[in-house]
Amino acid sequence: MFWQRKDLLGLRYLTPEEINLILDTAVPMKEIIGRKIKKTPTLRGRSMVTLFYENSTRTRSSFDLAGKFLSADTVGLTASSSSVAKGESLRDTGLTLTAMGVDVVVMRHPASGAAEYLAKCIPAAVINAGDGTHEHPTQALLDMFTIREKKGSMAGLKVVIVGDILHSRVARSNIWGLTKMGAEVRVVGPITLMPKDIEKMGVKVYHRLEDALEGADVVNVLRIQLERQQQGLFPSLREYSRLYGINQKRLELTASDAIILHPGPMNRGVEIEHQVAYGNRSFINEQVTNGVAVRMALLYLLTGGEYHALSN
Amino acid sequence: MRYLIKGGIVVDPVADTLTCTDILVEEGMIKEIGQLSDSEAEVIAAEGNYVCPGFMDMHVHLREPGYEYKEDIVSGTRAAAMGGFTSVACMPNTNPVADNAAIISHVLAKARNAAARVFPIGALTKGSLGKELTEMADLKGAGAVALSDDGMPVMNADIMLRVMQYASMLEMTVISHCEDNKLSEGGQMHEGAVSAMLGLKGIPSLAEEIMVARDILLSEYTGCRLHLAHISTEGSVRLVRQAKERGVPVTAEATPHHFTLTEEAVQGYSTNAKVNPPLRRQTDVEAIKEGLRDGTIDVIATDHAPHAYHEKDVEFQYAPNGMIGLETAVGLIFTQLVQPGILTVPQAVAKLTCNPHRVLGLSGGRLLPGTPANITIIDPKLSEVVDPTKLLSKSKNTPFGRWKLTGLPVLTMKDGLLVMRDRQLLE
Ligand SMILES: [Zn+2]
Repeated sequence: MFWQRKDLLGLRYLTPEEINLILDTAVPMKEIIGRKIKKTPTLRGRSMVTLFYENSTRTRSSFDLAGKFLSADTVGLTASSSSVAKGESLRDTGLTLTAMGVDVVVMRHPASGAAEYLAKCIPAAVINAGDGTHEHPTQALLDMFTIREKKGSMAGLKVVIVGDILHSRVARSNIWGLTKMGAEVRVVGPITLMPKDIEKMGVKVYHRLEDALEGADVVNVLRIQLERQQQGLFPSLREYSRLYGINQKRLELTASDAIILHPGPMNRGVEIEHQVAYGNRSFINEQVTNGVAVRMALLYLLTGGEYHALSN
Repeated sequence: MRYLIKGGIVVDPVADTLTCTDILVEEGMIKEIGQLSDSEAEVIAAEGNYVCPGFMDMHVHLREPGYEYKEDIVSGTRAAAMGGFTSVACMPNTNPVADNAAIISHVLAKARNAAARVFPIGALTKGSLGKELTEMADLKGAGAVALSDDGMPVMNADIMLRVMQYASMLEMTVISHCEDNKLSEGGQMHEGAVSAMLGLKGIPSLAEEIMVARDILLSEYTGCRLHLAHISTEGSVRLVRQAKERGVPVTAEATPHHFTLTEEAVQGYSTNAKVNPPLRRQTDVEAIKEGLRDGTIDVIATDHAPHAYHEKDVEFQYAPNGMIGLETAVGLIFTQLVQPGILTVPQAVAKLTCNPHRVLGLSGGRLLPGTPANITIIDPKLSEVVDPTKLLSKSKNTPFGRWKLTGLPVLTMKDGLLVMRDRQLLE
């Protein structure tokens, strides 16, 4: 199977076969990261720009390293809100980059749908590195890569996503991806942080954490943004932690081999207890490595690489 | 000029009748209706077409003064004439806001030779900020036909109470844009399954319904004539229906987009489908249609809201709300309501003629000898595919591009002058 899309905008738009292709391609990429000399000439002469309208050192360095490990030329652009205020439109920024010869634009943007919009404006490949509260497909792909590594497959697994589902692009991408791969997805969090009609996306909705954790194979703990309390979306961090914090005791409700994921950075002691975050069920650090591998795979596929050519 | 409109199906929305007859127009007035012949007059053959009182769109944004790059009185009224409207009422959210007599006079002066008659609406509160009452008597004196802060709700119930008391004293209709802007704050589209998927902040139906309920109670308390602009939800229709049963002096309007499209139109982050109130669910669309059918909703108005291309060509979140509507309204009404049998032709025409006239306290909206010759002729069989680039509005922000509409205006006559004929505007 060959990759045929120009862009990676979200997992909503991918078929299970395409998801598998990305994950399969990430396997040899991960092997490269484990080498002493982390460099292959695969993307020599290819150019990638990270265009970030929102800070995220993690995601950005992950893409940056992914590009560098494959020998792509990478440039980072931080679009401060001032350049938006000056009136330069996203279309114009995209066209400027295109005129400079960019092959791939990796964009983080505060508005939902921004990546899709940019992709329509320019001929270069666009990778959505997080758009508003819409999708964060590479994060979900690295979560799925990690799950597949630990569990062999995603079909039939009970995956719990805990926390602020309303504002989480990570949750949306995971929901699309995991349901397509045959997992049972349960979302749990306070009702004020749960999107209306979310069950239409094919998930089971819970408000009591204990119910959601019953027999779970994977627990994906979302970061709680501290400002949501100021917005009055829940009464206090103390109560949030008491109702939705993942601790050792609660983990006993899950399957005995359940794994814990977290997109980082963690608020330890709020959404996740220290012992859980660093316990033997946690693969939070491995997720970071897998993130680079998945991003290498995507850069490779989007610039015309074929999985089979690589594996030969 | 004398015109003899020959052999058309004359629509009387008041008597609820269709009559095959002729109309003689002379010196801007309807001279006679009946089986006529007149060798002096230019004959307009109207066989098979509906000859209607000139249509009125009582909710448009002409953008002048202040935003002429989006639309102005000349371009907006040309679009109106093309769409079969002989009259428009324009909302006061211009820059500056039409909250004083000078702006009302300015709009009327600019509209003197426009392609459609223009009836300005004055603001309810100064700057439409919801704080201080405007000089309503002065606005009325200058020619404002009603009052509204459209685009913005009057959030403070106490101020809305004073506004309605004062307006009722002056016998002016208050047109309310119903939105609790705390419940809708930051909202980009209807709150529901699609907003959940797209990760866009939702606007709950409740944000509209809470204000519909409040304003109905205020109307009941003050006796002020209340007209609810662009209602969009099942709950709003129910509240209006109940209020009318109690005899509250309330009327309501719905837009073609709210009886045609659902939240699904936003998929793909289509900014032309970004509108306030937002496109709702299928059940709301059905409720709007039922409200139109049973008379709960009196008026169809477009909420014609032009925005320049560059303003809509942005990330969804940054795009302004609104879509144009003047040139697609009649086609949508015939295609969505008349052909499926939801409304009869006289019922549909009433929502565009006598009803908006009555809401605004204006005479007109019926074809009678001795009244000004404002006439719209519809060819119910004529089909056209909407091509946004060919629309006469300065702005092209319509989600109906490439839609095939059947049942279109083929003639618009304003005060006895032909302004549109055979889908061509006459200069
Ligand atoms: Zn409005």
